[in-house]
Amino acid sequence: MIQIAGLILILIGLYGLITKRNIIKMIIALNVLEIGLNLFIVSVGYVQDGIAPILTEVNNSSGLIFVDPLPQALVLTAIVIGMGTTALSLAFARKIYATHQTFDLNEMGVEE
Amino acid sequence: MKRIVSILLVVVLGYFVYTSLYVDGFDMAVSDNRQTSISDAYITKSVTSENESVTYMESTDLENGSANIVTAIVTDYRSFDTLGEVTVLFLASIGVSMVLAGFTKKYQFKMKTNRILKTGARLVVGLALVLGVYMFTHGHLSPGGGFPGGSIIGASILMMYLSEENFRARMASFKWMESLAGTVYVLIGIIGLFVATYFLENFLPTGTVGALVSAGIIPIVYILIGLKVGSEVSGIIDQFLTEEVAS
Repeated sequence: MIQIAGLILILIGLYGLITKRNIIKMIIALNVLEIGLNLFIVSVGYVQDGIAPILTEVNNSSGLIFVDPLPQALVLTAIVIGMGTTALSLAFARKIYATHQTFDLNEMGVEE
Repeated sequence: MKRIVSILLVVVLGYFVYTSLYVDGFDMAVSDNRQTSISDAYITKSVTSENESVTYMESTDLENGSANIVTAIVTDYRSFDTLGEVTVLFLASIGVSMVLAGFTKKYQFKMKTNRILKTGARLVVGLALVLGVYMFTHGHLSPGGGFPGGSIIGASILMMYLSEENFRARMASFKWMESLAGTVYVLIGIIGLFVATYFLENFLPTGTVGALVSAGIIPIVYILIGLKVGSEVSGIIDQFLTEEVAS
């Protein structure tokens, strides 16, 4: 079920990337796509009745059923890199706004 | 017209992905064969050595002593990957400061801050900084770790920026901290290469699973990552809250 939700989010993000011409909206669409992808990857590692893969005083043995830790570690990487790319693209958006006074790709005109 | 074509394209793509994943009797959601797959080796900590099971506060001197298994993967088994990841974050922060190079004056918001906001922010900022430090020092025991801890530090800096009109963090010291943390991370890797056998090997004794001082180089690496991420996020925030000097 979560996987279907992740797929739907990925498709919404793709739709936004294809149709929108506003830079801020494109960045938001990219983030929606990324959240959907992360959700999908995490849900691949789900095990029936599994618990979070952390040994504590309550869950103190490796014999318990944990969910798969590997996709979670990969998604941790993906989240951080997503944050970096979002920051960089927002910086570009600010620079573009300072140059052209608009966020819309259609209204920018051609480079002189 | 464009929208209809886009919707059709997206729906067709979704249909192909859905059918290739689920219809041929292959439902990934019920992958309960984890016990036979490679990930079980991460949980019982038997990737490079033979180990039957791990018990909290009892098992000692394993190949990796972290109680949080995701942390074990991120900072030990796949530590080289994490080094690349902080490099990507470093490049992003460098890119932001290069793109916004002319923006030096602090951005003034239209709405002025008031005394309640200032006092409340001063109260919360200290607690948030302590929470961030707690998170990355306990990364091998509890949920969290270097990346969320560093982000919390960045958030507390953002709070100061939003509440105080003339507040500027000293960015030079943040840059020093960032460079120092990255260099020490690489140096730890090189020490592993010489003392033990490969780059970023866990060469310290790993101790008891669940103790605060345990897991060898994992807490050290996560503290370094936390400092690095915190200073990078703070640098990005500082760069975003500035504007071009009107000339």
